[in-house]
Amino acid sequence: MLVIDNLKVAINGKNILKGISLKIRPGEIHAIMGPNGSGKSTLAAVLAGRELGVVTGGTVTYYGKNLLEMAAEDRAKEGIFLGFQYPIEIPGVSMVNFMKTAVNEHRKHKGLDPLSASDFLKLMREKKELVEIDSKLANRSVNEGFSGGEKKKNEIFQMAMLEPKLAILDETDSGLDIDALRIVANGVNKIKRADNSFIVITHYQRLLDYIVPDVVHVLYDGRIVKTAGKELALELEEKGYDWIKKEVENNILV
Amino acid sequence: MSAVSEVTARYLNLYNDNIDRINGISSPYINSFRQKAFEKFTELGVPTRKNEDYKYTNLNVFFDHDYRSLFMPVEADFAKADEFRCDVADLDAQGIVLLNGFYPTLNGKLHQFPNGVWIGSLNEAAVRFPDLVEKHYGKYAQTDKDGLVHLNTAMASDGVFIYVPEGVVVAQPVQVVNLVHAEEDIFNQHRNLIIVEKNAEFTLIICDHTLSPGKFLTNAVTEAYVGENSHFDLIRVQNEHNTACKITHTFIHQEKNSVASSNNLTLHGGLVRNSTYHNLGGERAESNSYGLFLGDKFQHIDNFVSVVHSSPNCTSNQLFKGVLDDVATGAFNGRILVRPDAQGTLAYQRNNNILLTDDAKMDTKPQLEIYADDVKCSHGATIGQLDDESLFYLQSRGINKREARVMLMFGFAHEVIQNIKIEALRERMDNLVMQRLRGELSRCASCMVKCG
Amino acid sequence: MEKEQDSILDEVTSGEYKYGFHSDIETEKIQKGLNEDVVRIISAKKNEPEWLLEFRLKAYRHWLTMKMPVWPNLRIPEINYQEIIFYAAPKQRPALNSIDDIDPELKRTFDKLGIPLIEQAHLAGVAVDAVMDSVSVKTTFKETLAEMGIIFCSFSDAVKEYPELVRRYMGTVVPYTDNFFATLNSAVFSDGSFCYIPKGVRCPMELSTYFRINAANTGQFERTLLIADEEAYVSYLEGCTAPQRDENQLHAAIVEIIAEKNAEVKYSTVQNWYPGNKEGKGGIFNFVTKRGICRGESSKISWTQIETGSAITWKYPSCILRGDNSIGEFYSVAVTNNHQQADTGTKMIHIGKNTKSTIVSKGISAGRGQNSYRGLVKVLKNATNARNYSQCDSLLLGDKCGAHTFPYLEVDNQSAIVEHEATTSRIGEDQIFYCNQRGISTEDAIGLIVNGYAREVINKLPMEFAVEAQKLLQISLEGSVG
Ligand SMILES: Nc1ncnc2c1ncn2[C@@H]1O[C@H](COP(=O)(O)OP(=O)(O)O)[C@@H](O)[C@H]1O
Ligand SMILES: [Mg+2]
Repeated sequence: MLVIDNLKVAINGKNILKGISLKIRPGEIHAIMGPNGSGKSTLAAVLAGRELGVVTGGTVTYYGKNLLEMAAEDRAKEGIFLGFQYPIEIPGVSMVNFMKTAVNEHRKHKGLDPLSASDFLKLMREKKELVEIDSKLANRSVNEGFSGGEKKKNEIFQMAMLEPKLAILDETDSGLDIDALRIVANGVNKIKRADNSFIVITHYQRLLDYIVPDVVHVLYDGRIVKTAGKELALELEEKGYDWIKKEVENNILV
Repeated sequence: MSAVSEVTARYLNLYNDNIDRINGISSPYINSFRQKAFEKFTELGVPTRKNEDYKYTNLNVFFDHDYRSLFMPVEADFAKADEFRCDVADLDAQGIVLLNGFYPTLNGKLHQFPNGVWIGSLNEAAVRFPDLVEKHYGKYAQTDKDGLVHLNTAMASDGVFIYVPEGVVVAQPVQVVNLVHAEEDIFNQHRNLIIVEKNAEFTLIICDHTLSPGKFLTNAVTEAYVGENSHFDLIRVQNEHNTACKITHTFIHQEKNSVASSNNLTLHGGLVRNSTYHNLGGERAESNSYGLFLGDKFQHIDNFVSVVHSSPNCTSNQLFKGVLDDVATGAFNGRILVRPDAQGTLAYQRNNNILLTDDAKMDTKPQLEIYADDVKCSHGATIGQLDDESLFYLQSRGINKREARVMLMFGFAHEVIQNIKIEALRERMDNLVMQRLRGELSRCASCMVKCG
Repeated sequence: MEKEQDSILDEVTSGEYKYGFHSDIETEKIQKGLNEDVVRIISAKKNEPEWLLEFRLKAYRHWLTMKMPVWPNLRIPEINYQEIIFYAAPKQRPALNSIDDIDPELKRTFDKLGIPLIEQAHLAGVAVDAVMDSVSVKTTFKETLAEMGIIFCSFSDAVKEYPELVRRYMGTVVPYTDNFFATLNSAVFSDGSFCYIPKGVRCPMELSTYFRINAANTGQFERTLLIADEEAYVSYLEGCTAPQRDENQLHAAIVEIIAEKNAEVKYSTVQNWYPGNKEGKGGIFNFVTKRGICRGESSKISWTQIETGSAITWKYPSCILRGDNSIGEFYSVAVTNNHQQADTGTKMIHIGKNTKSTIVSKGISAGRGQNSYRGLVKVLKNATNARNYSQCDSLLLGDKCGAHTFPYLEVDNQSAIVEHEATTSRIGEDQIFYCNQRGISTEDAIGLIVNGYAREVINKLPMEFAVEAQKLLQISLEGSVG
């Protein structure tokens, strides 16, 4: 569904992504790990259409279409969802209004009629239960005054509402307590179907205990320097990133 | 003394030509203020941009114009205005309609509602309740800087009088609708006096509309007295056309432990200037001054706010937000003055503005003047655009850019609206703002008047 | 560091205005009062060329048509310009070739002020131009600097030696018609400093001008002109003191800065003119026009000021950001104690594209002091992507003082982001209690808190002066507590 080929991105003249290639097929779960500042969030944002820097090379194809040419909202409606590392607060815009607009835009895109108010509220209720999000949160402004954990759960809730084909979760597990982590992981598993895919960006094996990846990539200094099965995550958890860094440096020397 | 400007001279002439007629239809007590106010106006004149408080507003566009007549009602006008009175059955507000500043019913201009509240013509009230009017009229509208307040005192002959007796809690808000409707370009002034006695609660909605296309100039003064332990909310919704100029001066005087809020929602208008003066005259009083303005085309919207902490342990809040499109211009001039003995003061002020185009312009001048030390005061002002990050967040959920912008502007505006305490009214205002942002606004959904 | 803190506190307990002495130096003065002849006499005393006399006369004639500004939030007593002596100079031998030629009393005076007129090894990092009353008495390290092509001398010398440079730049940033006091200065200015940093040169030491008013009944009207050519860098510092006298003395100066492409100028002021006594008698009226223009792209001008002295301060060091990508900064601490009044701030005029400005103003009011911040941020129509951030805080010590904030934000470009924030508060009782609980006296706690409050600005000063500035803050707030 998604083919990233030698993607290069520069921000303010600095090369951040230095040639990333990645292939994701329907139903796959990919984990991306890597030290802070290696470019994980940049990759996620570029896939979702945030105009951060300039793409200086490479291509991204999504279901045969040139993804990089599409507007952010069109990517969303085509099924790409980004769970933000730092969800944005939007004072004054209620969650209900926000989600209703988003859901109906998705429906319009699929040629469906907008949901009636009552159907929409029913859907909200269902999904809230699904992801065990506190029903009060839905009555407030988008992310305003939410705690870190509440914001992350809210991202999962939105994902459940929008039913994406490809969900990119950027450190959705960071800063969560054990219960919240379980809620997030269960949410993901409930939404998981045979044909939708995930890119899970994380630092911790503990999330991957719940969401078992098919492939684990290590992103370092703007490159994917290692790709392996789920056991790689365990190894990283144990040994940290230093050995990877060394390996990379050695390779460069060689 | 400097010579009187040409523009000011127009109004001196207008006064001289009409003063006999004005005195003829007004009560003697109100007439007794005119000569002095006229002298003061002669001294101060129509404010120019040299006046620090009018630095960003050029009034001449509207003041340097020959208003063929000072509006004086005749019977036929009242008959016409009565057409606008419709049944208020499905409206949760009690209502009054003013036509060009006059109370448009010939008989029964002053009513008492079952709850004891008096509402009606100020002129009638001056005759019927001389003690009340003498105690409050002209006491709060004090200024050494703004000649227009004195021009109003010199010439206004009627307006709304509201009296909320001690201990009366009025659940239903009262709505005053100011209509401007005339065949020719007119200048009109009205004068309101609102008295909320001790332990009372009262909400007033003032809606400003224009019904015919002429060039109109309105210069209105409202004085409000808020007694001990009372609550008073004033909501002003302005929806006038692009060739109308609306100038309002609102003076709110508060006693001990009272809470008063003013909310100016400017949806539309050619040139709008709202001056709101809050005087915290008793201990532990709280005042809130809110404002929202949405400008486009050639509109100019200026909000001037003065909050004076005259007593200890009072709290004040100011929040003004503006969105400016096309070549619209905006100004904000907010002042907090803390007098030497007003210890324990908490005062906040914020003004945020969004410019949507290259040609829109905003000038803001928040000010703090503090003469006491046990105070916490802060102010902030920003001028900027819609936030890119937020825009992207909405787009990443599939919302198109246009819609996302409207949503963000709405969210921006809602912060002001959410301070309206009556839920139904808050929702209506949200609706109106949304329509305005989408460019669909034709009339106010909450209005009892079916204006075009 | 702790040692330093201790000595500061020592200073606090003993602090009075310690520069209040006056020196017996033979002084040459002209008759008091102002008229065209006085202007001619000043010019003649300085052997000025005709064009400069013309400049002065034009300014004087214009001044006659002007009125004292009334907009500042200040109560300024009537100033009788006919009672002021417009020119006073320490008498000196015709040629001043070596340090030995300087009047020993003069040298002692500057030593007492901590300003070495001798090029001392341990102060090698600072070159000083010392100005007493109307004239520059000595500029140190002139030769060292000259080797790099840097010109640093008195304004009068510059007029003689570099007339083209002076003529090209003088009055281009602050025209002689600018405002009442600038126009007065343009007519009667006596001396001041001149500095030119050539293309590509980073000035290796702090340049410093030290102003001292000594003579009675005189006014001081100096003029500083500072030019940083392309790619040049200079950090410049001025300090000022005056004797304790019962009458008010007028100081009306002009500073003009020009920064060409990629140049950077840091201009720091530690202003400690005599503030008057506790009852508000005497003190300097400090009415100063300071303005810099970032003429070239990517140039930068940064103002830092510590204003603790003067009975009345009226100054707005400003930046005209004309070059694309240019940057303006203003960092200020202003203290008003006893009967001092200050109306100070800045103007940031954004003209070029991608211009940035930062304003940090910290006002401290004590006693019966009145302290106003007044600032203008103006974004012109073509200044796309302009950014401004302003933070103006006021701290109140005592219930008889006042703190006022008058920002003006005028934005005529949609892509601008302009943010202003201000707070006013007194020192929190909980903060003082916390210190008390740790054994720190209230007076010391306030000292600590005030210094912490002003740190952001003090840190912008060159190292040598940061400590000085901290002490000054303590001293000027002496006796304001309790
Ligand atoms: N807006 C930006 N401007 C400049 N540099 C940026 C910007 N955003 C990210 N970067 C830089 O890009 C690099 C990668 O950042 P990021 O993608 O957030 O890393 P990660 O998510 O892996 O921690 C970092 O060095 C970061 O500083
Ligand atoms: Mg990240």
